[in-house]
Amino acid sequence: MRIDSPAALERYCEEVKEKKAKYPYRVSVCGGTGCQAFNCLEVYEALVESIKENDLEEEVELKLTGCHGFCEMGPLMYFQPMGTFYAKVDPKDVNDIVVATILQEGEVEKYLYRDPVSGEKIHHREEIPFYKKQVRLLLGINHLIRPQVIDDYLALDGYKALAKVLFEMTPEEVIEAVERAGLRGRGGAGFPTARKWRICREAPSPDGIKYIICNADEGDPGAYMDRSLLEGNPHAVIEGMAIGAYAIGACEGYVYVRHEYPLALRNLLVALDQAREMNLLGKDIMGSGFDFDIKVAVGGGAFVCGEETALIASIEGKRGMPRPRPPYPAVKGLWGRPTNINNVETWENVPLIIRMGPEKFAEIGTENSKGTKIFSLVGKINNTGLVEVPMGITLREIIYDIGGGIPGNKAFKAVQTGGPSGGCIPAEHLDIQVDFESLQGIGSMMGSGGMIVMDENTCMVDIAKYFMKFLCEESCGKCVPCRVGTKRMLEILTKICDGEGTPEDLEALEVLAADIKAASLCALGGTAPNPVLTTLRYFRHEYEEHIYNKKCPAGVCPALITIKIDPEKCNGCGACAKVCPVNAISGEKKQPHVVDPELCIRCKVCMDRCRQEAIYAE
Amino acid sequence: MKSVSITIDGKAVEVPADYTILQAAREAGISIPTLCHDERLEPFGACRVCVVKVEGARALLPACATPVSEGMRIWTDLEEVRRARRTVIELLLSDHPNDCMVCERSGSCELQDLAYEYGVREPRFQGERHTYEVLDDNPLIERDYNKCIVCGRCVRICREVQGVGVYDFINRGFDAIPGTPYGRSLPETPCEFCGQCVSTCPTGALVSIPYKGKGRAWQVTKVRTTCPYCGCGCQVDLHVRDGKVVGASSPVMVGPGQGNLCVKGRYGYEFIHHPDRLTRPMVRKGGELVEVSWDEALDEVAGRLKEIMEENGPDSVAFLCSARCTNEENYLLQKLARAVVGTNNVDHCARL
Amino acid sequence: MTNSIDDLEKADCILVTGSNTTEAHPIVGLRIKRAVMKNDCKLIVAEPRRIRLCDYAHLWLKQLPGTDVALLNGMMNVILEEGLADEEFIRERTEGFEEFKKVVERYTPERAAEICGVPADQIREAAHIFASAERAAIVYCMGITQHTTGVDNVLSLANLAMLTGNIGKEGAGLNPLRGQNNVQGACDMGGLPNVLPGYQSVQDPRAREKFARVWGVENLPEKPGLTVMEMMEAAAQGKVKALYIMGENPMVSDPDIRHLQEALDKVELLVVQDIFLTETARRAHVVLPAASFAEKEGTFTNTDRRVQRVRKAVEPPGDAREDSWIVAEVSRRLGYDMGDVSASAVMEEIASLTPQYGGISYQRLEELGYLHWPCPTPDHPGTPILHVEKFTRGKGLFSAVEFKPPAELPDEEYPFYLTTGRILFHYHTGTMTRRSAGIEALASTNEVWMNPEDARELGVEEGEHVVVQSRRGAIRIRAKLTEDMPQKVLFIPFHFGESPANALTNPALDPVAKIPEYKVAAVRVLVGKEAEGVDVVSLSSTG
Repeated sequence: MRIDSPAALERYCEEVKEKKAKYPYRVSVCGGTGCQAFNCLEVYEALVESIKENDLEEEVELKLTGCHGFCEMGPLMYFQPMGTFYAKVDPKDVNDIVVATILQEGEVEKYLYRDPVSGEKIHHREEIPFYKKQVRLLLGINHLIRPQVIDDYLALDGYKALAKVLFEMTPEEVIEAVERAGLRGRGGAGFPTARKWRICREAPSPDGIKYIICNADEGDPGAYMDRSLLEGNPHAVIEGMAIGAYAIGACEGYVYVRHEYPLALRNLLVALDQAREMNLLGKDIMGSGFDFDIKVAVGGGAFVCGEETALIASIEGKRGMPRPRPPYPAVKGLWGRPTNINNVETWENVPLIIRMGPEKFAEIGTENSKGTKIFSLVGKINNTGLVEVPMGITLREIIYDIGGGIPGNKAFKAVQTGGPSGGCIPAEHLDIQVDFESLQGIGSMMGSGGMIVMDENTCMVDIAKYFMKFLCEESCGKCVPCRVGTKRMLEILTKICDGEGTPEDLEALEVLAADIKAASLCALGGTAPNPVLTTLRYFRHEYEEHIYNKKCPAGVCPALITIKIDPEKCNGCGACAKVCPVNAISGEKKQPHVVDPELCIRCKVCMDRCRQEAIYAE
Repeated sequence: MKSVSITIDGKAVEVPADYTILQAAREAGISIPTLCHDERLEPFGACRVCVVKVEGARALLPACATPVSEGMRIWTDLEEVRRARRTVIELLLSDHPNDCMVCERSGSCELQDLAYEYGVREPRFQGERHTYEVLDDNPLIERDYNKCIVCGRCVRICREVQGVGVYDFINRGFDAIPGTPYGRSLPETPCEFCGQCVSTCPTGALVSIPYKGKGRAWQVTKVRTTCPYCGCGCQVDLHVRDGKVVGASSPVMVGPGQGNLCVKGRYGYEFIHHPDRLTRPMVRKGGELVEVSWDEALDEVAGRLKEIMEENGPDSVAFLCSARCTNEENYLLQKLARAVVGTNNVDHCARL
Repeated sequence: MTNSIDDLEKADCILVTGSNTTEAHPIVGLRIKRAVMKNDCKLIVAEPRRIRLCDYAHLWLKQLPGTDVALLNGMMNVILEEGLADEEFIRERTEGFEEFKKVVERYTPERAAEICGVPADQIREAAHIFASAERAAIVYCMGITQHTTGVDNVLSLANLAMLTGNIGKEGAGLNPLRGQNNVQGACDMGGLPNVLPGYQSVQDPRAREKFARVWGVENLPEKPGLTVMEMMEAAAQGKVKALYIMGENPMVSDPDIRHLQEALDKVELLVVQDIFLTETARRAHVVLPAASFAEKEGTFTNTDRRVQRVRKAVEPPGDAREDSWIVAEVSRRLGYDMGDVSASAVMEEIASLTPQYGGISYQRLEELGYLHWPCPTPDHPGTPILHVEKFTRGKGLFSAVEFKPPAELPDEEYPFYLTTGRILFHYHTGTMTRRSAGIEALASTNEVWMNPEDARELGVEEGEHVVVQSRRGAIRIRAKLTEDMPQKVLFIPFHFGESPANALTNPALDPVAKIPEYKVAAVRVLVGKEAEGVDVVSLSSTG
């Protein structure tokens, strides 16, 4: 079916909606990469089987969709219109669930979500604290969309924003709308999207060709917002890019996606074909006379390729290394032409803004940061998952209300935002509003949305070392401060963790951090010292403990701790001695055991094993 | 090209709008150090020793790669600028052998000059140093990556200027280094042995093997001349030490080659001092060529020519002048033929 | 060259034909590559072999050896047919267009394709690219000139340049690459049998009078002399009895070595003035040791007419002396005192007699580095681009050129085309490069390049030694199999005395320029038993 006018699109969307309205029930299984790791595909197969067996094919619309967000609890099943939500579903019980929930109009209690704080079972998804405080403008429709079925997107009025733009708005009006919405780039620095578009629109091109790029090279450890969006709703990215291309005057777009995201890549390629087939992409889109197509470039997984100029070099087939800016890509980018780059989340916000209206969009968020932001909430947190929150929410709300707090009632120590080049925020700032400026104000940044929670058992020097190691390995090696400077910083941090640190090392760290920030070529080097700088700022005493007292207060750094067994708690079960790889634990059965500090390599396997929590690091 | 007004270190200057800060500063007589810069190449912005402060910019900017813009206010010698440069130099030296004593480039090494200027004896930051095997897999170009500062000039000159692309960066981060595909030896690559990479290397990482150990910058006198090979007319500086040609280079941005040469123009000079050179006049006596004095040889030539001319007329004599000799010599030889012998039988191998 | 080397980077299109630029003129090659890489210049390469420049080309036209006129006429036919010609230029600046047009009209792309083997579509495309470029330059070399139709080839290129108005402006022009450092200067200085310095005809009484006056002689010979090939013929016939050779090695560089050897052996006096005992010097009666370029002062004039200094860096070895001293000494002994023969003094005399060099002096060269001739007066800045306002003869003359086949074509007996040329690592007869150890180590062996398919048919393996034989001689040589060669075409570099390519080449000359047809000869390849006992030519390895 080729759509050749907005009216044709309207008719087609209505047809699709009518078809869907025939089903009284809908069951959605999360098929995101996270849930696939929990065998959600078996759950879905069992569901299909069960629906067939119970002769419900005419009654129930089945969906294997993109990410539902609550990754901790997968596999997930969501029944509508009842709103019943099941977590950690075992495939063998799927038939029972179907029978109980649809045929008997009840529920299977054992799979209902249990609030870790109150212990109560919660029946409806929207009542679950994890979901309750979120504003899921982007992720909220994922459960309705089978990524490889374009009709699911069209049933939600997909591509109507594009139709509206192409037939009712001038390019400048589109940019103005984005401007009024106050959209800022979701990839890191929060540059105003409309301003970026306008620079590119106004930049002269030698042959009139301009490009737009979707940066799907998400590289922060633990962050997967863009993956989930691209996996779950690829058409929204395509629609957003087409709108942007129209506004900017580009004829070709690229999606740069890392090869570690096979599912996102597959879904995107299918979606592109479908969009082309329906004339929603390609020549003369919907009969508007506007031509735009999208190519996909698969990246090799280098972190630095998320940097705009390195990404462009990589698409051009060169080694992914950044080049100095200015000239900015908006003026001289891909193949030397003006190029606009936004990340997946930014592009997905674009059709939303057109659809809901820029003013409505701008109602969400703070004065300078509008709309929602998706975070991947990971680390020492009860509810691991993807959360979409309005700008301006506090860190405390995200971590405690949505995230359910720290497991094991341990104390919160810090949260790392902005990925490896962000910073560690201590408890004293938990009530800070999450927006672009406030986070920068306390030495961190929004970044693309990684949020790693750390508890009292986290050593901040070790964390700084971890991030520095990551950046050191991901440095492209082009500029000296980043290539050699991060290496030297890593060496100093390693020295401190090994108990060989000196007071001069702190000074050297500070000198290097300042000069690397000042003199590096790209943002990777320019922000690489941030984890060290923020930990030095908020947790300097931990560094000093390592250096002066040769102690690791969190009990992490192997060279500075001894593993001990509390004889009061030890029941002499011997499990620790069995797992010790170096046979450092001895003791009589049913008698308290002891660790030989000479043999012990401080791997802490015994600590994880001990049920009495009798083993501790000192 | 329209021009823009900027100030550098408080000095107002007007420069073409397509200038970089470095070009503008050099024109204003303000020196900014560089390592990854070569006029033959596109700006790269990698070494960061040319960083300057531009008012309004968040970080320091590389002078070599940053275009000027109207009203730009630039500071090249602030403490924060010098401090960042110094750190960069120290970082480079923290992974560089301290063996200037035996280094071919001592005295013409750009890193050495910077260490001298910034007074860096011992870098503050110590740590792992690379140890690479020195690669001498061919008779002309030696690669010692222990001395490489990863400025990318070899990579770029081979690609941008020579259009060959033998090198690219391999590995990442601290281990990034220029390399050939799959670590192949240069003869196994499309290398043309033009030595452009050697000519642009700022340190002793790339060295011409035939000229190694024969004389460092201060020991040689450079004599500017024209390459004796093909008709391109590249300008060559012959490096002379103790009456011997011990090296050759080409002045950057001068002459048809603009500092670039080919394998012959850079390495084809051993013939000058070759033992096969003719050193004595020779006359054939009894079927053998026998060394004689100049007087004897010249008398023989003149005497025999006279005889032949007298007997058979001037057109029985023919001259071949030379596409290899100078204008002046060719002029004199044809003058000899026409004015002295009286024949137009003069030609050379222009057609061959 | 009508334009300068620097100018090439300003071209929008460059047609390279008959020049393996990256190997024979590496720095010009470098500038052409940069034009393509940096400025999106469109490069058209017309060349039977796949040379390195083909890697940078938008279009590679693979014509059969010796069919350039057909190819060029075909391109010009398209340009005329499709109205792409520069009519204003033709009207204002040229003559002879109508006659030219009549000939070219007969060379439809299809007919041209039949002769030269380039598909008609490619001929059309090349014509479009070249004619639609704002500034199109033509670069050529011996692959165009070393033919019995060499002059025709050059005239055809000139036609193409005029037809598209690409003469006398930046980034355009007709640019022959001169093969040797000072071949341009040797010509400029009257090292030719028909002209005095500055191309002043020996038959022009006023020119002769001018020179005779300055030189202090009564008169100068009027009859044009012999060209090098004619000299050798005359020597063989006993008409030339004394041969004085300064810095040349015809034994390796000239065609049909066997015949040449007879000629040299026949002369009563052979004087060779050189820096090495070359193959030619070995046969001399008197050998005079000369100074190399590094041991003397002087000037060279390069391919873009740029006069540049040569400076003395070291002393000549032993008793070797500058050529100027030697010539002056011979002259003195013949009763003519040349006076001050220091380089700068001689240049003053040259400037006084040679209009193109009139404004060139050592003082100016010291200041400016170089000057492009024509530079008529001491305040003239030199002329990097020729023919800007008008041609030397006034209007540019179109020539009606018909295709003529090469003198010798492959047949059943000698089924392969042979073409000769240079390789990157060596220079001319190898006397200099083969004495540079590093270079020699990288390229020490001569090879005959052949297409692997031909090799398979002949039963030749990579690296195997074969005998290549023409009607004039044979050499033993190692085989190199490469897809860069078209089938039925062989290539042999001429640097290697031990297997001299010029034992095979055809001394047939262009009737006007007297250039031998080095680029086309018919040869056969003898393998295995066939190759045994064949009388092969082999000279010393270092020329």
